[in-house]
Amino acid sequence: MKAAVVVFPGVNRDRDVARALKRASGHEPASVWHTETRLPEGTDLAVLPGGFSYGDYLRCGAIAARSPVMDAVRAHAARGGRVLAICNGFQVACEAGLLPGVLMRNADLHFVCRLQHLRVERADTPFTRAYAAGQVIAVPVAHGEGNYAADDDTIARLEGEGRVAFRYCGPEGDPGHAASPNGSRNHIAGIFSERLTVLGMMPHPENAIEALAGGTDGKGLFDSLMG
Amino acid sequence: MQARVSVTLKPGVLDPQGKAIEGALHALGHGAVESVRQGKVFDVALKATDRAAAEAELRRVCEALLANTVIEDYAIAFPGEPA
Repeated sequence: MKAAVVVFPGVNRDRDVARALKRASGHEPASVWHTETRLPEGTDLAVLPGGFSYGDYLRCGAIAARSPVMDAVRAHAARGGRVLAICNGFQVACEAGLLPGVLMRNADLHFVCRLQHLRVERADTPFTRAYAAGQVIAVPVAHGEGNYAADDDTIARLEGEGRVAFRYCGPEGDPGHAASPNGSRNHIAGIFSERLTVLGMMPHPENAIEALAGGTDGKGLFDSLMG
Repeated sequence: MQARVSVTLKPGVLDPQGKAIEGALHALGHGAVESVRQGKVFDVALKATDRAAAEAELRRVCEALLANTVIEDYAIAFPGEPA
């Protein structure tokens, strides 16, 4: 599995995700600067990491989504290549049209940084096959703009097509307002593209791979990608 | 040519920042304020001298970057020009 981590000015989780990928695959992923116009030959997985690209100017992810490398990422996705978009990367993916909808300011206006329970909605995808459907995992969230919004038709389509990847929930898997960190519609924490080849998610699985640092529930995502 | 582009949330899109500002104004005693929606203003200087051409270019600019038309509307004005 050949991975490439796209680096925009202002991202800060690129090394974390590179480390998670290396632990899972044994190979150091390529690092691709935003001005590049192509991904390394044979890239299987493009990663849009978390952080604050362009200082969140204009709208989160808006400027990064228009950078030269994104044409290459879109072409990679169009060919069926996998894309993992985390946090700011999820915002970039939505702005770039790789995924529908938009991440808005958290409903209570607070930046939220905590360990968050998520329910894995399905385990038959390249990103989640190391989990069980319905499994509850604990993964950190750290964002101010993670409030997933889309029009009713888009939400209905995502739900109808089984494209919700993860949902915010309580420790027992119970979805509820109190469990949601940001007010996302239907407690959506992550979504898939139509062909299940692009995953966008607000939580940080790359920061849940060490028992010493609070848990290993994020490892399953990287192990899934290697399978 | 000088233009002003306003980008605002579409009606019905939740605007927590506007709501917080509205609440603060009420707390300051400005009970006459019914509601507040927050938006963005861009003052853009254009090479174009023809107003129609400037407007067409600004529409492209808005669609390309300034507005996310999933949730936002935009309006173009030329403050220095006769309407």
